[in-house]
Amino acid sequence: MRRLVIVAVLRHTSPMPEPQDRAAETGPSQAHRRSHQTARDLERYADLFAQRTRVMRSSAMRDLMAITARPEIISLAGGLPDTSTFPPETFAAQMTRIAQESAAEALQYGPTEGFAETKAAIRDVMEAEGMHPDDEDIIVTTGGQQALDLVAKTLVDPGDVVICEGPTYPGAVPVFCSYEAETHQVSMDDEGMRVDELESLMDRLGAEGRKPKFIYSVPSFQNPAGVTLSLERRRRLVELARTREVLLVEDSPYGLLRYEGEPQVPLYQLDGGDYVIYVGTLSKILSPGIRLGWAVAPPPVMEKIALGKQATDLCTSTLAQYFAVEYFAEGRWRSYVDSLCDIYRSRRDAMLDALERHFPQQASWTRPAGGLFVWATLPDYIDTSDLLAKALRENVAFVPGAAAYVDGRQGSNAMRLNFSGSGEDEIREGIRRIGAVVDEQVALYETITAEHTIPAASAEARGSGADVLPLRRSRPSKS
Amino acid sequence: MKVAVLKGGSSLERQVSLHSGARVEDALAALGHEVIPIDADGGLVRRLRGERPDVAFIALHGPGGEDGTPQELLEILGIPYTGPGVASCIRCMDKVLAKHLMREAGIPTPDWVAFNSTAFRGLGAADALEEIEDRLGFPLVIKPAAQGSALGVRFAGSRDDVPEALVSAFSYDDRVLLERHVAGRELAVSLLDGEPLPIVEIRPREEDRFNYEARYEIGRTDYLCPADLADDVATSVRDAASRTYEALGCAGFARVDLMLDAEGRPEVLEANAIPGLTDTSLLPMAADASGLPFEQLVSRIIELALERRGVSAVPSS
Repeated sequence: MRRLVIVAVLRHTSPMPEPQDRAAETGPSQAHRRSHQTARDLERYADLFAQRTRVMRSSAMRDLMAITARPEIISLAGGLPDTSTFPPETFAAQMTRIAQESAAEALQYGPTEGFAETKAAIRDVMEAEGMHPDDEDIIVTTGGQQALDLVAKTLVDPGDVVICEGPTYPGAVPVFCSYEAETHQVSMDDEGMRVDELESLMDRLGAEGRKPKFIYSVPSFQNPAGVTLSLERRRRLVELARTREVLLVEDSPYGLLRYEGEPQVPLYQLDGGDYVIYVGTLSKILSPGIRLGWAVAPPPVMEKIALGKQATDLCTSTLAQYFAVEYFAEGRWRSYVDSLCDIYRSRRDAMLDALERHFPQQASWTRPAGGLFVWATLPDYIDTSDLLAKALRENVAFVPGAAAYVDGRQGSNAMRLNFSGSGEDEIREGIRRIGAVVDEQVALYETITAEHTIPAASAEARGSGADVLPLRRSRPSKS
Repeated sequence: MKVAVLKGGSSLERQVSLHSGARVEDALAALGHEVIPIDADGGLVRRLRGERPDVAFIALHGPGGEDGTPQELLEILGIPYTGPGVASCIRCMDKVLAKHLMREAGIPTPDWVAFNSTAFRGLGAADALEEIEDRLGFPLVIKPAAQGSALGVRFAGSRDDVPEALVSAFSYDDRVLLERHVAGRELAVSLLDGEPLPIVEIRPREEDRFNYEARYEIGRTDYLCPADLADDVATSVRDAASRTYEALGCAGFARVDLMLDAEGRPEVLEANAIPGLTDTSLLPMAADASGLPFEQLVSRIIELALERRGVSAVPSS
């Protein structure tokens, strides 16, 4: 009974702002029946929680995101790939073949590091991006998320420094927090992470005798910023890792989802696998539902990661691995990825067009060459968590930028917009609605500040050293 | 007895409401009632007509839940329901109306000024901001008139913070209020059938203010119940809460939130027509401290709903 309570509490405070568990919320109450608790019981549980749960972030945002699952809402908040074009016949044929030919094995445990056949499929995917890892350096994980969790579990003691991009993948924030890392974020521009800023941060830390355990980056089509690390910065980053003997965690879920331009060379390839831990996933090129990801790491690190995985879940779903192996054996995975790229390219274009049309001139946004997300920045007086409340009344949702920052304070005027999970018409309408609520807030702010600034006469008063009110930021009124 | 539990809905407090609802359902089932969980959506009236419950337990929070809307529908359908009636819900949900009624009744509530966005857009209210700021002083609290759970509540430490805070508050409601900030201890008095339950003191552990996140998370905030107050102070706090309950015409239950200023004087901030019933909520905590465990609290709330309708409580099957 107690365990149930704790699970319920943790579910409520789970920080991933991805709206997917509507069924769990609204299912029949009998399914999660638990006896009532008194306040005193809860106090008792509170004392049982580990210190690290204190830093696990939760949020009002999570509660707001739960509302985005309502069917009438156009959600540009998710990070969902479109799985609707995967041929059901292929699915059925594969599962039938597995049932007929390998039922007993597919229902059995498997090796902790994954099947050799799965690793062969993973090598196919990595080779498509020019990487050639050894089998023994690969571990198959339950999604890329687990790979990230295992890396942190392996490397991070409480108080250790981890550096990541700012904004960073919102799902990485709870991982770093739950291992009580001291996370620093390095800002980004159109060429990705500011490596010069990273270097000076490491210098500052070094002066205190501290060194990061690893640097986490999504170098290609970053989630949420949508930008890609330039080749020059990739070289400098790898160089920095080598000279300072720090690990780089390269998270690359979207590398093959490129809609224009030439592929960038992965950090793993530049480095040769000495200081780079590569994290991959089949979620965006096959299915997130099968929960298959992987990590490639230097052998001593891999050994520890495998021990960590053993403790976590013994092995990745055997059935899921059989499914993936069947699928890759068919040899048509590249054409499926190409078809996804065609769909996402059109959706991205629809979103960029709509942003141009409907967002005010004070807003700016990134133009991703691949991946799933656009990052839009609004005037700094607009808090996008509050704006989301207003947007939800217009039945449209996005992820507030604060979710991509560890302290939850930066990024408050930014938003992540997903273009892979909605059709083009929905995207256009969604952006139109968001643009309308932003317009309203901009106009309101301008009304308030324009009337509210100190008139010119006060300049005189200021000169005379009299008691003067501080000037407000003023913006030209539209009218 | 057949009890419909209304929960969820489309307000921003949907999640909290689902938690309140689930907990109430468990208690009702343990009491031997037949429980009909209903997620309040477009099919609400049809569901209620079809199920014909003996009573409806309203576990909805926020606009569309505790603003008189479902209460009105239940009146039309002739189904007894828990908590305050339509008019009282309207008075509680609208913080501005509630404050006017408190003022009229002589109940202490911090000074305030309220505007809708038209006042800024069409009537040049911004021109009056300086006078307002001078009158209320800093820091001042800016909040939407109709929103629970501290969503959209901002503190403005100086003039520069005001425009941004107004824009935030206007995201939640078309009307906002600027209120004088009362520094002091944060208290909540829950009332059951008009009787004040033990006073709860809220002490945030980490953050400097009681925010939405800390409110629903165990271990983020310390609650002291009964609050450690001198007898005369406790009496004046309870008195302010009872008078608020009465002034707003509450019935069944309600929760009154107050600040105790540095001189030990209570100032009432607002009343909640349907306070939270989650694991970390204050009404269940106060009831428990008075010797009324959650199941009995739920049972009593149902009785009160039936009494109000002149229906006698049927013993559960």
